[in-house]
Amino acid sequence: MHALLGQLPVGLSIGAVLLLVALGLNFTFGQMGVVNMAHGEFLMAGAYTAFVLQAWFGAQSVLVGLPVAFVVVGLMGLALERGLIRHFYGRPLDTLLLTWGVSLILQQVARDVFGAPNVDVAAPGWLAGGVDAAGVRLHYSRLFILALAVLCVLAVGWYLARSRTGRQMRAVTQNRQLAACSGIDTARVDQITFFIGSGVAGVAGVALTLIGPIGPTLGSTYIVDAFLVVVVGGLGQLRGAVLAAAVLGLLNAYAEFWSDASLAKVVVFAVIIAFLQVRPQGLFVLRSRALT
Amino acid sequence: MLRVEGLTAGYGRAQVLFGIDLEVPAGAVVSVMGRNGVGKTTLLNTVMGVLPATGGRVLFDGADITRRGTHARVRGRIGYVPQGHGTFPQLTVEENLLVAWEATGRRDPGGVAAALGVFPRLRELLKRRAGFLSGGQQQQLAIARALVTDPRLLVLDEPTEGIQPSIVAEIEEAITTLHQNRGLTVLLVEQYLDIALRLADAFTVIDRGSVVRQGGRAELRDGEIQRLLAI
Ligand SMILES: Nc1ncnc2c1ncn2[C@@H]1O[C@H](COP(=O)(O)OP(=O)(O)OP(=O)(O)O)[C@@H](O)[C@H]1O
Ligand SMILES: [Mg+2]
Repeated sequence: MHALLGQLPVGLSIGAVLLLVALGLNFTFGQMGVVNMAHGEFLMAGAYTAFVLQAWFGAQSVLVGLPVAFVVVGLMGLALERGLIRHFYGRPLDTLLLTWGVSLILQQVARDVFGAPNVDVAAPGWLAGGVDAAGVRLHYSRLFILALAVLCVLAVGWYLARSRTGRQMRAVTQNRQLAACSGIDTARVDQITFFIGSGVAGVAGVALTLIGPIGPTLGSTYIVDAFLVVVVGGLGQLRGAVLAAAVLGLLNAYAEFWSDASLAKVVVFAVIIAFLQVRPQGLFVLRSRALT
Repeated sequence: MLRVEGLTAGYGRAQVLFGIDLEVPAGAVVSVMGRNGVGKTTLLNTVMGVLPATGGRVLFDGADITRRGTHARVRGRIGYVPQGHGTFPQLTVEENLLVAWEATGRRDPGGVAAALGVFPRLRELLKRRAGFLSGGQQQQLAIARALVTDPRLLVLDEPTEGIQPSIVAEIEEAITTLHQNRGLTVLLVEQYLDIALRLADAFTVIDRGSVVRQGGRAELRDGEIQRLLAI
């Protein structure tokens, strides 16, 4: 019983990481329908941003890294959208292959610049240690990631629901042509969407440095799970993504607890495939007269 | 106000418009007529830049806008209500109006209030999602959305298509009022001859992508349009 309870914070923090990673995809994949295979490398770029900042900010580089990585990686995403992806809208297969190529290039660049071996980013001192609650150890770093995920979800939720640009994003998602006919500069909205989605990946990357060492292939570890969270949650549905991330995180933690890591993956995939057979549209769907 | 010269357009290799000439003078209501599939929607979409023109020009107040983006034309105060009462189904009625108003770059709530003044019925529906409105309510919302940007020219594609008669009358009345009281210029595609004859003072009849007859109310003898539209 006690050991079971111990897996709860583990599962939730895995879920929080998944959610952070998926949150960016919620923009580029969920809102725009672009399958950006380089999204994982944007995580990696965010993590290395924190690593680079270490030279100036030492152990505080994680905190400084959060906003800096948002901007740096956001600009990378913007460049990718402007330079490549926008020429292939409506051609998902081409986009998938091209961005996969970009992801390989980015991995190689990371290898050339930072070397192939993993590196560590020192966590700030105040994140060391933890508290014991009900006999379960809660690491501060895990709590921090959980809090960061909650904060990011609230910020993204507010942005989409209440802000001017968020409204325009939703309008473009629902009816691109009508959005243009309403005076919305759809190309500009695409750019902002890509900037934010990529920037959030950068933030997630910084958070990942708290979990363990980082390397050039960091992105490929998370990219599939992140896409799964978005698909299982229902495209572009924030509530769905939160629930899916939490469930997948717990599923991962408990499956791994009872078996081993690779078997755990098999179990999780089997559950997801079964779920998508029953509900191919994901946990949450948009409902309206126009769509039914 | 709007001048279309030798406009050609199509979809891929299929050409649909074969050199359309059209003039909409300031303060006029011009109706484009024609049987199904002759290219009326294609013409309006090309005028609005939704579809690129392959030849010819579109002039607004003398300025060549043929290569301008759709949003730039809308911000240049041409309102467009595409065919099929289009709204953003997941946005509320209020957000549907707000998003168009904000696209103009202004922040005060003026335009939304003015548009609601034209269709007061929408006031009770402000918090409802547009996707849950009836077809007629959606069309009123679609027109209100186009009015939010305070257009000088309003382009309407079959505003009364597939809508219950009571709301057709309201829409017709709204267009008349806007035209008479505010001097709004209107370019209209209308399939119902009686409505077109009541609203418009000039007519352009299209067949297979070309203009076959053009003229004012007086120039078109009784029954001539009927004959041209008959199948
Ligand atoms: N997206 C499209 N792709 C290819 N062909 C199209 C497309 N839209 C319309 N067409 C074709 O172009 C021609 C003109 O269509 P258009 O919609 O402009 O006609 P319309 O006069 O508006 O008809 P309606 O009265 O039914 O609205 C038709 O032959 C139609 O099949
Ligand atoms: Mg049409």
